[in-house]
Amino acid sequence: MVPGLVYFLVFHYGAFVANAVAFKEYVPFDGLWASPWVGTENFSRMFGDPDFWHATWNTLFIAVLQLVFFFPAPLGLALLLHSLTSDLLRRFTQSVIYLPHFLSWVVVVALFQQVLSDTGLLNTFLSDSGLHTVDIIGNPDAYKPLVVIEVIWKDAGWGTIIFLAALMQVDEQLYEASAIDGAGPWRRFWHVTLPSIRPIVILLLIMRLGDILSVGFEQMLLQRQSVGPEVGEVLDTFVFWQGIVGGDTGYAAAAGLFKGVVGAVLVFTANRIAHRLGEQGVYK
Amino acid sequence: MEKPRVATKVAKGVAVGVVLALVLIPFLVIVSTSLASNREVVENGGWVLWPSDPSLRAYRTILDGGIVTKALGVSVGLTVVGTLFSLACTTFLAYALARPGVFGGKPVLLLILFTFLFPPGMIPAFLLVKGMGMMDTYAALVAPVLINVFNLIVLRGFFQGIPEELYEAARLDGAGDWQILWRIVLPLSKAALAVVSLFYAVSYWNAWFHASIYMESGHWPLSQVLRTYVIGGSQIADTGLSEAGMVSAPQTTQMAVLVIATVPILLVYPFLQKYFTKGVLTGAIKS
Repeated sequence: MVPGLVYFLVFHYGAFVANAVAFKEYVPFDGLWASPWVGTENFSRMFGDPDFWHATWNTLFIAVLQLVFFFPAPLGLALLLHSLTSDLLRRFTQSVIYLPHFLSWVVVVALFQQVLSDTGLLNTFLSDSGLHTVDIIGNPDAYKPLVVIEVIWKDAGWGTIIFLAALMQVDEQLYEASAIDGAGPWRRFWHVTLPSIRPIVILLLIMRLGDILSVGFEQMLLQRQSVGPEVGEVLDTFVFWQGIVGGDTGYAAAAGLFKGVVGAVLVFTANRIAHRLGEQGVYK
Repeated sequence: MEKPRVATKVAKGVAVGVVLALVLIPFLVIVSTSLASNREVVENGGWVLWPSDPSLRAYRTILDGGIVTKALGVSVGLTVVGTLFSLACTTFLAYALARPGVFGGKPVLLLILFTFLFPPGMIPAFLLVKGMGMMDTYAALVAPVLINVFNLIVLRGFFQGIPEELYEAARLDGAGDWQILWRIVLPLSKAALAVVSLFYAVSYWNAWFHASIYMESGHWPLSQVLRTYVIGGSQIADTGLSEAGMVSAPQTTQMAVLVIATVPILLVYPFLQKYFTKGVLTGAIKS
């Protein structure tokens, strides 16, 4: 157990302490500890920085898009799979839709570029058929929907696992009872299926909320170039560009810390609301 | 229950068909294009659905001792070694946390779960790796991601599911913790171990971000090469690829790299797929 504990102490709690750099003016030559303290200067600079607010706005916008479109996708897919009567077809479909989850973002982004870029699959097809081509990769307006579609393609299938398990646990007798009471398929869906999986949906929603400011760092970093920072920058890439590329370490750490704190506050809040509503939430 | 109506059946069939096509067609196009000839690809406008004269030429070109071959070696080594280390450390820790009465069990578990809620920031982690003198070492790609909390919880949950009587019987026979772990717990946990190994292996295989900030281009794994080369236009200058004359490489070659980066996953996937639901759910229920 010792190596594991050492790992957590060094790389998690150690890094936690290293967050102190957010309150310092980092001088590479002096290292982390010898660099001078500057109090909250990094933070006040951050709040006055339009680039930072741009990144925050983009992050929130993409997060909301994901919440509205990506979050329900696995649930819908799971319901579809659950309603299939052929066992073989269901298992085959499951195997196929889990697959993209295991591809790296590099592969997924490359794939989307091959399909959607101006010389890609879709546009070749459109121009061959004498239709107008559409510029999707590199089009700032299309960027945000695009990244959400990518997430759906990659992870919606994987997300069905947990919903499918929840659906399996729904008591079969409830269905039969309501069928006898004259409920049609839709009514049964509305009054039996949905209430039965409500706790798990709320649980996942809370976890998603805590993570809302992390909207796919690798994915964004890979594609930020194609549309530029104006639309493509999110908080994580902001931290990366300021700190690791730009060398403005203390400042970037401040932005990262801000993100972490807001995320934690969101989890606590969401969990509290869940308790108010009589749900179990993530923890007691 | 009564039989679903025909219209519902058709709608479901169409929906499933569309979902399957959306996932499968990109794979098909990539594999086909990588097998086609350059001319056919150009004539067809950049891609091929079904090559008329399949050949492995693109694969031979990139595996001819160039940067891709080297990266492939790095990726394989990293995946094997990283997975072994991660699996060992996760197993020991999970076992310790699963047994009642191990020193500090509960607080330690809470400390670990807390890191899940409050992940270390990118910058502090970077400074830490730099401060420990791990820049441009393969340790920088393994040590900071050694244990995944989710995997740890999955294994712990599985170990806890093993009947207490087995542990007691082993103790009576005079077995120590190591022997219990080795002779009883591990053989019973094959399914969970398989899933966790796959998760680790996939994450090491797919890793590129850490490589891009910690490693010199000579030590890049395949994903990072793929990123520079297929996605292109990246900000990390001097990839060494331009010298190799590969930047403007034809579509077939790009697709071949994509295939090489994906194939290992496709190979192990069918063997492990049946364990997914079980493994993932044990973790989900406990958390």
